[in-house]
Formats: sequence, structure tokens, C-alpha cells
Amino acid sequence: MKKLLLPSIVALTLAACGTTEPAPETPAVEDSSRSTTTVPTVTASSRNASNIDPLDRAGNSVYFDYDSYVIRSEARSLIDAHAKRLAHEPGRKVTIQGNADERGSREYNLALGQKRAEAVRRALRLLGARDTQIEAVSLGEEHPACTEASESCYAQNRRGDFVYLGR
Amino acid sequence: MIKVSRPRLPNAFSGMARLLCLAFLVGAATAVHADIDITVTGSGAKLFPVIIPVFENEGSLPNSISEIVRADLERSGRFSLVDIGPLTLPESKTPDLAAMAARGADAALAASVLPSSGGRFEIRFRLFDTTRKEGNPELGGMLLHMSPAQHRLAAHRIADFIYEKLTGIPGYFATRIAYVVKSGSRYELQIADSDGMNAQTALRSPESIISPAWSPNGEQLAYVSFEARKPIIYIHTLATGQRKILANFKGSNSAPAWAPDGKRLAVVLTKDGLSQIYLINADGSGARRLLTSSGIDTEPAWSPDGNWIYFTSDRSGDPQIYRASSTGGGAERVTFEGAYNVTPRPSPDGTKLAFLTRHEGRFRVAVMDLASRQIMPLTDSARDESPSFAPNSNMILYATDIGGKGMLSATSADGSVRQRLSIQAADVREPAWGPLQQ
Repeated sequence: MKKLLLPSIVALTLAACGTTEPAPETPAVEDSSRSTTTVPTVTASSRNASNIDPLDRAGNSVYFDYDSYVIRSEARSLIDAHAKRLAHEPGRKVTIQGNADERGSREYNLALGQKRAEAVRRALRLLGARDTQIEAVSLGEEHPACTEASESCYAQNRRGDFVYLGR
Repeated sequence: MIKVSRPRLPNAFSGMARLLCLAFLVGAATAVHADIDITVTGSGAKLFPVIIPVFENEGSLPNSISEIVRADLERSGRFSLVDIGPLTLPESKTPDLAAMAARGADAALAASVLPSSGGRFEIRFRLFDTTRKEGNPELGGMLLHMSPAQHRLAAHRIADFIYEKLTGIPGYFATRIAYVVKSGSRYELQIADSDGMNAQTALRSPESIISPAWSPNGEQLAYVSFEARKPIIYIHTLATGQRKILANFKGSNSAPAWAPDGKRLAVVLTKDGLSQIYLINADGSGARRLLTSSGIDTEPAWSPDGNWIYFTSDRSGDPQIYRASSTGGGAERVTFEGAYNVTPRPSPDGTKLAFLTRHEGRFRVAVMDLASRQIMPLTDSARDESPSFAPNSNMILYATDIGGKGMLSATSADGSVRQRLSIQAADVREPAWGPLQQ
């Protein structure tokens, strides 16, 4: 039990071997009395939420397969309808919010959600919507529609949502 | 692996110090909603027996210091504390080292508190090698000036001194950590001391906050906030509460990583399509694309010399870790084992890379020795995330999931010591270990 000394001590001990008198060491002085440790709290408020056109909130989701960013055939008519609407109303703007399931890294999931949003954005563009009308963003795993750890739940979180801003 | 659960506070301690400690806990309870419960899991490694007595005249301080020093050392999983009860060892004289050795200690601290001008205090301490048979047994000492409110920082500095002298590795106690707490639908970005105490809320938001990143000088945090219903990067000056938008381009803005010089950040933007890595000045100007791939590039992290940027990319199909020169150019693949390797985090000394890997459906923190490219898994839970190195490169903080609730844990970079920092009744995630406090 006595021989637990680590190399650093041994080194320090050896370094001091030349002196026979214990030389009083000048202690290092630190003044920590002026360091600030108080952190004021800032409150952020959610923006844009009240601007969302309530008529456009429900039923506007496109779902994706696991590890996939290809729009399923059953979603095509929905995307087509949105593209027609946007082409018809040039003043309309839509945000495509991509989402991902919660497994793994948050930042990588954010990128996966973006990949889904981007797939929808490109489809809308091909179908006649203007670039200035669409913003593809990702909420990653931060806004799950379902919070259980099950495949059916994860499937609900792999989606893109259409969110129209009120004019 | 042997599981060693140790109490948060040393068992035997003088009644007075206990009262002081209790007074501290009561006093802190209003500001701190984090009651940290620490469990140390060791692999039966040798513990260094050390005496940290009650400081001479410690009762003149409103809060105990020796108690915090003891807790730091014990929590590190590298020391065992030899109790000598209420006995003090004044700094002004060399203690009876033979007697200390006879109690089983290999090192002992002699420390005194002296009143100073303006209600401040002076802490003087010296550390002794009790096994030294001849020559000078003193391992060094220090004089600290402090106001009573700084007892925790002073204690962490003393613990850092002892840790470094006795292990040869710089300490990490006088540091702060940032993390996000989710309570119901509320999110808080909190800052706490490395022991989880002294927690303060920097930002409260109804929307998620992710990816906090400390500026190299520890004065600012960059992070991603969803308060505008899309990811936007902010830079938040902690002392003033001032926040500025760093990047709010069309699309998503995320994954801020400070360059070692603090003048630029690597960020991920989607303004040109999928997630790609850009460099941007710390004032938000001069965004320019660093790399170009047809897939996802994200989670940039700088090597400490500023020469490399490690990042996650799915350019080969599965997400893997790559690195590229911070001046641009081709990328070199770093990870090859497994189908999911993400969140690269180089150690501050540049020798190791911590990352997240998936193995049989479980997400674990692993560490790679950058010279040999050898990989060692460090954790064994199902859902670990967000590894973050301590400034000494020897401890890694990470997020884990216990019973569906997010918690923080720390592990030594060799996997021999593990500790859990649990914050009661809250979901904690996204830890980031800050630099040494100035």
C-alpha cells in the first residue's frame, strides 16, 4: 500500500534530492476575487408561431421510410396540390419543416431532417413553385409527433410538414 | 467491472464543517434546481490516499472549502481520503509526516485561512509527500485571495493543484459545463461548475436549444436555438446576457464550432441545398463554404492546432467521420468500422478523438488514439450522445439516457472511472465542457 506514489511525485522528489535543507518555496499567488461568476438569465420568446395560417396546420405531412429521402408515391398528389397552390398564388410562402426520429446524434438528425425537407422543396420546384416561395428547414429530432421508443412511432417522426405563413 | 458507489459527501467529517456544508446547501437550494447525485464507477484502480484536513481557521469563512476539495478529489475516482477528524494542519509549519503516513496517507495538505482586507480572505496551503524519508517533502503550495462568495472556485483551484501534483495530469475542477435542461415544454441553457453545483440559467426558451459550444476564452457560448421555428445560431455573452445572431441564412443554421483562436467558427448551413460546412467570422460576416459534397457534411470540430476540421459525412452512404484541412481541399476518411460513426470531438491535447458509434443498435461513446487509429469503446449504455472533453483531455462528459430521462455522465478517457451527474426531475442533454476558468 505504501508504493502508490505516481511518477510525478517520484520526479519531483528526485528533483529535490540535491538540496539538504528544505528550501521554503515562494507560493504562487492567485487572485480569484474579481472573477465574475454571475450569469443573467435571458428569456427567448417563440416567434412566427402566431403567424401560422390556422387553416393550413393539419394534414400537411409527407412521410419517409427509414434512412430514406425519396418521396413515396402516395405523397405525390399532396405535393402536387401544394405546388399548384403556390404556382397559383405567387404571394404565398411555405416553410417545409423536415423531421427525423430521435435515434443518434441531434446534429446528424438535423441534417437528415433537412434532407427530407430538401426532397420536398425540389419536388415543389419541379412542379412549378418559385424558389422565393419555399424555405426548407429542419427541426431534426426536436419536434417529435410521437415520443415512444417504437418503430411505428419513429415512422411518424420521419416526415416533412408544410407550414404556410399568414399573409 | 467492479461497481464502487461512493457517497456524495465524505462520511466522517467534523460537525462544524458539516453544519457549514449544510448551510451552503440550504443557501444554494433557491438558486440551484440541480441536486447532483454522483456515482463513481471504478475498475478497482489504485486510489491515492491523501489527507485533506479542515483548514486552520476555516470556521471564519461562511462556507467550507475543505469539504469541496475533498468532494472533488473523491469524485475523480483517483483518490481515497484519509480522515483525521477535526484536526487541522496549519500551513505555517510542516506537519508530523510520519504520523500522517502511519494513518495510511501518502500525501497531506496543510492549509490555513487568514482574514484579509475588505472582508476578503487569504487561503495558504502546502502539499506534502508523507513517504519522503529525506530531503524536502514539500510538493509545492499556493496563496489564494478570495471573497467569501468565491469559496467554490477557490476550492476547485486547490483541488486542481493537488490533482496535478499527485497524478501528473492537469486538473479539471475549476471549469464550467453548459447543458440543456428540458422540463415539460420548457428549455433552459444552464451553466454549472464542473461538479454540477452553482447552476445558473443563461437562456430560457419555449423551443429547443442544441449544440452549445464554448468560446476558447470561456466568455461566450454559441448554440442553436429553435425559437424562430427554424435552427438559428446565436452567440451569447454569459456575463452580460447579450445575444447576437451569428447565422440566420435561408434554411437551417447549426453545429457551431469555434476555431482555437476564437475569431472564426465552422458552422453548417443549408442555403445552397443540403447541410454543408462553412467558415464564418465571429461577428457573423464573411461566410464562405469550406467543403463541397453531394451528401450531408455536418458536426465540424477543429483540431486544437487549428489545422484540421473533423466532421460527419454520409458521402460514402453511412455516416462516417472524415477530416479536411481547415483551408479546404480534399477530405480523408477517419472511421471505417461499423455503419454509424458521428460527432467527432478531438481532445484538447490533440492525441485522441471521442465520437459516437452505433453497435448492435446501441449508441456508445468511443475514443480513437489518433496516432495509431486504435478505437476503444468507453461507454456501454444504449443511448449515449454528445461527448465533450475536459480541458485536461482526461475526462469526457456525455449525455446518457436512464429510464427515458436524459442525464449527464463523465468517464475518464481510458474508461477506468465513470461518474454520473443526475439532476433530479429533469431531462438533461447536450453537455459541453468549458475551458479552465480564468
